[in-house]
Amino acid sequence: MAKATKKVRLKKANPKGVLTGAHYLDGDHACCEGALAAGCRFVAGYPITPSTEVVERFSSRIPLVGGMFIQMEDEIASSIAIQGAVWAGKKAMTVTSGPGISLMMEHVGLAVMLETPCVFVNVQRGGPSTGLPTLPGQADMMQARWGSHGDYEIIAISPNSPQECFDLMIDAFNLSEQFRVPVFFMMDECVGHMTEKVIIPEADEIEIYPRRYTTKPPGEYLPYEPDEDLVPSMVKAGDGYHFHITGLTHDEQGYPVMSADCQEKLVHRLLDKINKNADKIYQNIEWELEGAEVMVLSYGISSRVSLRGMAMAREKGVKTGMFRPVVVWPFPEKRLKELAKKVKAVVVVEMNYGQIYYEVDRLVGSTTKVVLLPHGGGTVHDPKVICDAIVEAAK
Amino acid sequence: MSAKTAKAEIHPMEDLLRMDRIPHIWCPTCGIGTTVSCFISALEQIDTPLDDVCVVSGIGCAGRVAGYIKLDSFHTTHGRPIPFATGLKLANPKLKVVVISGDGDLIAIGGNHFIHAARRNMDITVICINNFNYAMTGGQVAPTTPETAKTSTSPYGCYEHPFNIPYLADACGAVYVARWTALHIRRQTKAMVEALNKPGFSVVEVITPCPTLYARRNKLGDGLSLMKFYHENAEIRHGADTRDVGIAFQEKIICGKFVDRDRPSYLECLDRRHSMVLGDKYVKYGERCEDDGD
Repeated sequence: MAKATKKVRLKKANPKGVLTGAHYLDGDHACCEGALAAGCRFVAGYPITPSTEVVERFSSRIPLVGGMFIQMEDEIASSIAIQGAVWAGKKAMTVTSGPGISLMMEHVGLAVMLETPCVFVNVQRGGPSTGLPTLPGQADMMQARWGSHGDYEIIAISPNSPQECFDLMIDAFNLSEQFRVPVFFMMDECVGHMTEKVIIPEADEIEIYPRRYTTKPPGEYLPYEPDEDLVPSMVKAGDGYHFHITGLTHDEQGYPVMSADCQEKLVHRLLDKINKNADKIYQNIEWELEGAEVMVLSYGISSRVSLRGMAMAREKGVKTGMFRPVVVWPFPEKRLKELAKKVKAVVVVEMNYGQIYYEVDRLVGSTTKVVLLPHGGGTVHDPKVICDAIVEAAK
Repeated sequence: MSAKTAKAEIHPMEDLLRMDRIPHIWCPTCGIGTTVSCFISALEQIDTPLDDVCVVSGIGCAGRVAGYIKLDSFHTTHGRPIPFATGLKLANPKLKVVVISGDGDLIAIGGNHFIHAARRNMDITVICINNFNYAMTGGQVAPTTPETAKTSTSPYGCYEHPFNIPYLADACGAVYVARWTALHIRRQTKAMVEALNKPGFSVVEVITPCPTLYARRNKLGDGLSLMKFYHENAEIRHGADTRDVGIAFQEKIICGKFVDRDRPSYLECLDRRHSMVLGDKYVKYGERCEDDGD
């Protein structure tokens, strides 16, 4: 769960959206239930494999819960319709896969600039372009970070099971509200289509970060005056604030200012509000790292496949453990540096040609051997290959 | 007039303009300011509480309108004010959502959103300020540029067929379509009032002079000359078949109210369907809109 700042009182989930009980769900369906439990009441989407089941379920569930689903004319429209909905008071997300995310990048930038809390679900498939519509990939990781133009920081979460698709969607919404930033939910085709047991808790066991509505009256309120944690408070349309927001570089009043000074102040804060609060955002899983010679760093479906490869390596006598960034962006730099000192090598297992490897190598490559175990996508790694890489790295 | 009275004088529309942002960026004799004045006059004539009115613009000269109107106002991305407006409206149906943007923004890059919002009969009003070119970026050719007109990217004269905006809106399902020029202050305002009061997707096209780029390149004279041109060449033909209202270079501009019909809006259709199929189980979208956001 997202940690609250001192003055924020977390709320409980609205039971109307929480399907409490034990279910047998695939990751896409679990993701939808997580969104509903988190309070998401608006989805605009455009069909794309392998993400479609998320919106199919949402379109079926939402008239029973109270909210809105609209299938827009394209991903560009979807990614801005959700922002209109947020500024009218809803919690909102859009759901797509790589080609759709490419089209949505324009509005990832807008969400960053307007500081619109919203969630972009990307059920990753193989790319580039149309790529492998029905098969997995993890090659949109850097796109999630910096795919839109300009400098900015976002949050990206990478679940590796249907249960996590439920649990972490709640975190995704909470983090987006806490930091007023678009949050990427980086699933992949395997996680999206894998069916497992999913436990949905009681509504009062689910904590919800409420929208940061201002307490100031109209006239005193400035849309981009940051609070102590560098995040400004919000208002919504129709409340009499007569506010203005723009994708142009703007001052605290939200008015456009075309100057280098204003640009520096605004963009720096947009970066700082994530980077300086990163300790409140990080979520890592460390597994069997005590005394490990080789640390496997992996995320999403690759982290589950890695567990098998690690078990095989252990049978061959290599001590190996895992560091799994659940929140991939911001990247857990400090913790990685601490852990890397204690091992002979870090093996990065990912379904791309080194997007996170480059980050790991940049951070710890000067002190620790960093090995990339890439995969182009289309299927998962062969655990034996992972085992071999671990054994080799331990030498 | 004494200096004292002059000082006390305030702009009659001050309550609805962001006076702290005046002077605006528009060129002298540009028609956008006129449209803004007409829009504000129209707002004063509708029943909707002004706190419920949202103005959404895209990018370009007309895209700056949202930035000068003192209501909840959103300056979005190029071509996308209609889907942003769609989100606002569906998330809180009590809002009166108005899109004010230019021809390039709404009909070129935003054309897909325009036709689909019309098809759905999304309950928003679109005021399309048509100055026949991309003015903010230096006067490039637009999908509305009349054939043979010169622009910075059609230096030998435009050779593409332009869009006829009322015909496009009509064909796609808009329930209210009117066109006026910047000269028609009273009629333009009345059309805006009618459009704002009309449930469903309503479109008002306003033909405006761009003296700095379009008019200068085509040697059409200053703003006053263009107003004279409108005066002499605008022909009012209410109820005209929208197929016949295309605009040719320096020829007649057919104005009037072309379409005013009833068709269930997106929200009405959604409600009807879900109520019919789900009965008592249907939880209406708007019922919880006050507390869903948090």
